[in-house]
Amino acid sequence: MSYLRWVAALAAIVVALVVQVTLFPHVAWHGIVPNLCLLVVVAAALTVEAPFALVLGFTAGLTLDLAPPADHVAGRWALALTIAAFLAARVRQDQKPTALAVVGTVAAASFAASSLFALSGVLLQDPAMSVAGLLEVVLVAVAWDVLLTPFVLPPLMKLFARLSPQWAAS
Amino acid sequence: MGAFGGHEGRERRWTGLDRLESRNRPPRSLLLALVLASVTLITLDVSGGGSSPIEPARRAVGEAFGPAEAGVAAAVRPFTAVPTWFRSKGDLADQVRDLEASNAELKGRIDLAGFDRNRLEQYDGLTTAAEDLGSALVPARVVALGSRQSQSFTVTIDAGSEAGVGPDMTVVNNDGLVGRVLRVTRTTATVLLVIDPDSTVGGRVGSSMEIGFVTGSGSLDQEAGLDLRLVDDASVPARDDTVVTWGSTTGPYAPGVPIGTITEVYSSLREASQRAVVKPFVDFSALDVVGVMVPSGSRSDRAVIEADGSLR
Repeated sequence: MSYLRWVAALAAIVVALVVQVTLFPHVAWHGIVPNLCLLVVVAAALTVEAPFALVLGFTAGLTLDLAPPADHVAGRWALALTIAAFLAARVRQDQKPTALAVVGTVAAASFAASSLFALSGVLLQDPAMSVAGLLEVVLVAVAWDVLLTPFVLPPLMKLFARLSPQWAAS
Repeated sequence: MGAFGGHEGRERRWTGLDRLESRNRPPRSLLLALVLASVTLITLDVSGGGSSPIEPARRAVGEAFGPAEAGVAAAVRPFTAVPTWFRSKGDLADQVRDLEASNAELKGRIDLAGFDRNRLEQYDGLTTAAEDLGSALVPARVVALGSRQSQSFTVTIDAGSEAGVGPDMTVVNNDGLVGRVLRVTRTTATVLLVIDPDSTVGGRVGSSMEIGFVTGSGSLDQEAGLDLRLVDDASVPARDDTVVTWGSTTGPYAPGVPIGTITEVYSSLREASQRAVVKPFVDFSALDVVGVMVPSGSRSDRAVIEADGSLR
């Protein structure tokens, strides 16, 4: 079961990444696209046990760091998404999360991940960007992620819950 | 019996809650391990510089993702063209008016041709220089764009080492300079656009032949433009002047490729230097077909456009 869950989660990451770099640039706002990989990680963190979600966050980040159009310092998205997964797993309740809780978690995780990535860029001076520019990117990214939550999160959470019945929140 | 069953049910419920309780606390040791792994990766990549140990991993992931990205982009392309079907008569009338206006402007420019002849000779020189290089163009399409959250302006194109593309080659489209190739896989290549804040191109002002450096501004907006700083502080770039690449045969950018026109000139008294804004010829938010400049006669898996315009 755990093996199958890994396969499903990695497939979701691959699909999310490819769609994120090929389809969404056509509808992007000033080049800012929804972070689908983050949505997959949050869905996992809200449904299955925390260690799985953390490792999945790291893997998703690493893929974002290495897959073709990326040219930033590798490890920055890995760090950001690991911590986003940790936060999402922390806020999870014992019962099935309400729609509002899911949207709130996505917004918080998206804000944390995008800002962590931006901050690591400022520290490393990877590309030197203005604070106003960074803030715009982070806020628009949060809006995008929240906008896509109703379409992406429910099916993913159902999938993860079905593949791990012992952890499925009832 | 029923009561017993209910009791059992409650028992199970409690153990279930215990489990929930324990899994609610993510293991800090794992978090620490993963964070340290990320920091190690960052350190390795930063300290490695150009020959970082991450490059082989990037290449391997690129080999896997490249064909997938190219495939999805090809599948998506017919749908992205849909908005152009819904153009009303009003839109078309507007377009005709705009084209008439630009036609009139061009006629006006032709009348001033004699005035520009001097400038033209220099452009001609530059063009022949490009032809002398004998470079050929490998056509390619943009299949993936990096998101702005990732803060770098890079795209993936569907031509790789099999098409004869290699690192540091110049990428152009029919308007002008697009960028340079950073790394290649067998079927795809990653291109750094000139609007990336990390990108610096050696530029030459068309009329005065002064050289300078063109840096990206980090915006997809064509009006935001690129930054030009001239090496010679005393020379003032003129508005509406064309900037072309200065480049060399061995460096990343081939010489004589048009970059853009100068729209604004600022002089900074404090730094005693001239700063100009260059509006790029290329619309980076609508990139599609591009060409990679390869040495003439190089082997490729597709038709190559030679310097004289012939297809090989």
